[in-house]
Amino acid sequence: MTMRRLINLKRVEARRIYLTYAVVIAAYVICQVMSSTGFLSSSMRGMLVPICAYMVMAVSLNLVVGILGELSLGHAGFMSVGAFSGVAAAFLMQGVIPFAPVRLALAMAVAAVFAAVAGFLIGIPVLRLKGDYLAIVTLAFGEIIKSILNNFYLGVDSQGLHFSMLTDTTRLLKGGKLIIRGPMGISGIQKIATFPAGFILLMIALMIVFNLVNSRSGRAFMAIRDDRIAAESIGLDITKYKMMAFVMSAALAGSAGALFAMNYSTIVANKFDFNTSILILVFVVLGGQGNMLGSIIAAAVLTILPEKLREFSEYRMLLYAVILIVMMLATNNAEIKNFLAGLNPFRRKEEAE
Amino acid sequence: MKKILVCTLLVLAMSASAFGAAFKIGGTGPLTGGAAIYGNAAKNGAEIAVAEINAMGGDVQFELRYEDDTHDAEKAVNAYNALKDWGMQISLGSVTSKPAEATAAENFADRIFALTPSASSAAVTEGKDNVFQMCFVDPNQGSASAQYIADKGLAKKVAVIWKNDDVYSKGIRDTFVEKAPSLGLEVVSETTFADGNDNDFSVQLTDAQTKGAELVFLPMYYQPASLILAQAQAMSYAPKWFGVDGMDGILTMEGFDKSLAEGVMLLTPFNADAKDERTQNFVKKYQEKHGEVPNQFAADGYDCVYAYYQALTQAKATPDMDAATLCAKMIEQFTTMTFNGVTGENVRWSANGEVTKDPKGMVIKDGAYVGLD
Repeated sequence: MTMRRLINLKRVEARRIYLTYAVVIAAYVICQVMSSTGFLSSSMRGMLVPICAYMVMAVSLNLVVGILGELSLGHAGFMSVGAFSGVAAAFLMQGVIPFAPVRLALAMAVAAVFAAVAGFLIGIPVLRLKGDYLAIVTLAFGEIIKSILNNFYLGVDSQGLHFSMLTDTTRLLKGGKLIIRGPMGISGIQKIATFPAGFILLMIALMIVFNLVNSRSGRAFMAIRDDRIAAESIGLDITKYKMMAFVMSAALAGSAGALFAMNYSTIVANKFDFNTSILILVFVVLGGQGNMLGSIIAAAVLTILPEKLREFSEYRMLLYAVILIVMMLATNNAEIKNFLAGLNPFRRKEEAE
Repeated sequence: MKKILVCTLLVLAMSASAFGAAFKIGGTGPLTGGAAIYGNAAKNGAEIAVAEINAMGGDVQFELRYEDDTHDAEKAVNAYNALKDWGMQISLGSVTSKPAEATAAENFADRIFALTPSASSAAVTEGKDNVFQMCFVDPNQGSASAQYIADKGLAKKVAVIWKNDDVYSKGIRDTFVEKAPSLGLEVVSETTFADGNDNDFSVQLTDAQTKGAELVFLPMYYQPASLILAQAQAMSYAPKWFGVDGMDGILTMEGFDKSLAEGVMLLTPFNADAKDERTQNFVKKYQEKHGEVPNQFAADGYDCVYAYYQALTQAKATPDMDAATLCAKMIEQFTTMTFNGVTGENVRWSANGEVTKDPKGMVIKDGAYVGLD
C-alpha cells in the first residue's frame, strides 16, 4: 500500500521521502555502532532518547504548522498529557506485562490515545478560529493542561484507581501508591525508554505523516493552507480536515511525551511549559515549514548544541542565541540554500535529467 | 575579583591534577536561571572547602567541577553525563530537588556515590543505597517547624501560604498541616499560589488577616516571600512570619528592602553568626571571595566536601580507585561516621541516606540573621 502510493508520487517528492528515511536509518545505525563500540560519550548517549522524542515532536508539529498552516503554541501540552498518561499506564501494567519493550509500546499507544482525546476536545473550540487567534488560544490551552496536571492526583490501591483535584483526597488503602502527585509530578519512574524504541517511534511518525500528507486528506490540508476560501468553495470540509491534522499531531506528540518521560526517573508538569512549546516551534521553523527532514535535523542540532557549549559556562546560552540567529539567517539565504541544494545527490541528478 | 578566583582555582586544580592524585568530584546545580542563587551558593561553598583542603596538602586532594542544570531534570541528566565523561569519581548530586531525583537515579545505576548538599525531597534518596543528603528532607522541615512554633509558644492561630506547583513547598506544607493539630496549633487559613500568579498576594493575606492568624508560615523560596512581606506591610498587616531554609537568601536579594524582613523567623541548620571558629572562618573566607554572607546552601556545599574529606581519609581511599570501589567505601563510611560541620554538630546518616542534625531557629534583626536560642 505504502509502496504503491509512493511510486505514484511525483519523483521529486518520492525522493525527498526516501532521503528522509535513509538519513534517519543511517543516523540510527551510526549511533548504534558508535554506542556499542564505546565511541559515543556518556553525554551523547544520554541525549539519544530525548533527541528522538524531540524529533517526533517536531515532525508532528510540522504537520500542523507546515502542512496545515496553522500556528500552534501549545504543543508541549499534548506532550505532557502523553507523558503523564503513558507513565501511569506503564506503572499499572508493571505486574501484568513484565517484558519492558512491550510495556513501553503499550504505554506509548495509551499516551497517543489520551493526547488524541485532549487534541480533539481542544480542537472543537480552537479550530473555529484562525491565524493569530488560533495561536493564542492554543497557547492558553497549553497552560491550562499544565495547570490541570499540576493539581491532579492519581493513586492506585486494591480497590482500583482513585483520583482527585486540587488536594490529595484519594485516601488510598494500605499498600496503595500515589502515582501522580500534583505539583510533585511522578517520581520513581522505571526508565524503560530506549534508543531503538525512539527510532521506531520516529519511523512510525514519519510514515504516518508522509502517508497522510500524500493522500487526499493531505492535499486538502495544503489547499486549506494555501487558500482557505478557495478550498471551502470547492466543498472541502475545513473543520474536518483541520481536526484530522490536529488530532494526529496531538497523538504523535503524546507518544513522544511518554517516550521522553520514561527516559527519566521523574517528571513534572512544569517541564512542559510555554518554553518547551516554543522550542519545538523553533525546530520546525529552523528546519523549514513542511520539511520533515529539516525539522529532524534541527531538533538534533538544537538539542546537542547547548551541551557542546558547556565549556563556555556562563556565556553558553548567549552563544546559543547568537548561533541560533546566524542559523536562521543562513538557512533563509538564497545563495546558501542553492549551495545546499547542490550538495544533495538526488537533487543534482534530477536537474541533470 | 572573580578572575583572581578563577585563576587560583585553575592553579589549584592543575597543581592537584599534576600529581595525578586528586579525587574528581562533580556536581550539578542551577548556575543560571531563576534558581541560580542556590546553585552558585552551593558551588561557591564547595569551592572554598576544596581550596582549603588542597592547601593543606594532605593525601586527599580534590578536583571539583560544577555543571549548570538550570533547575531542570533533563538538563541535570545531561550535566551529569558531561561530568561522567570528565571522569567524575564521587558526586555532589544536584542542588535542587527535582533535578536531584533524576540524577540520583543515574548515580544509583552507575554506582557513583552521591552526597547532595541541598536537594531535600524524600524521593531523592528513596530506594537508593548510595545517595545521601546533607540537608533535612522536606517532610522533616514541616514537622520541625510546627514543633518549634509550638515549643516556643510563638502562636496558636497559624496561616499557611504555599506554592501548589512546587515540590519543595508542598512537601513541607503537608507535614506541617498534618503535625500542627496534635501540637495545639490551629491552621486557620490555608491559601496557595503558583507559577504565573505569584505577583499579587492580597487575597491570601486578607484571608489570613480576617481569620486572625497570629503567625504566617511561608514554606517557599525567598522571591515570593519578599513580595508577601512587602504587600503585607502595604496593607498594614503585621503577624509573626515563619519561614524555612528556602527563605534563606532574602537578605542578599537585589532590590529588596531589608527592613521588610525585620523580625522574620526561619528554621535553618546554618547560622552565619555562630561564634564557633569553623563557622567564623568559613563566613570570613566566603565574604572575602564573594562579598556576601554565605547562606545555608553555601554551608551545605562546604560541609559536603569536608564530609567527603573525612570519609575518604578514614577509608584510606586513593584517587586511582574507580567510582564503584569508592562508592562501596563511602556507603560504609557514611552509615557509620559522625561528622561535625558548619551546618551542625554530631551529624549522622541513616542507611537510607537521610541526615540527622538539629535545626537552628533564626530571626532577622537589623538586616542580619541572629540565632533565636
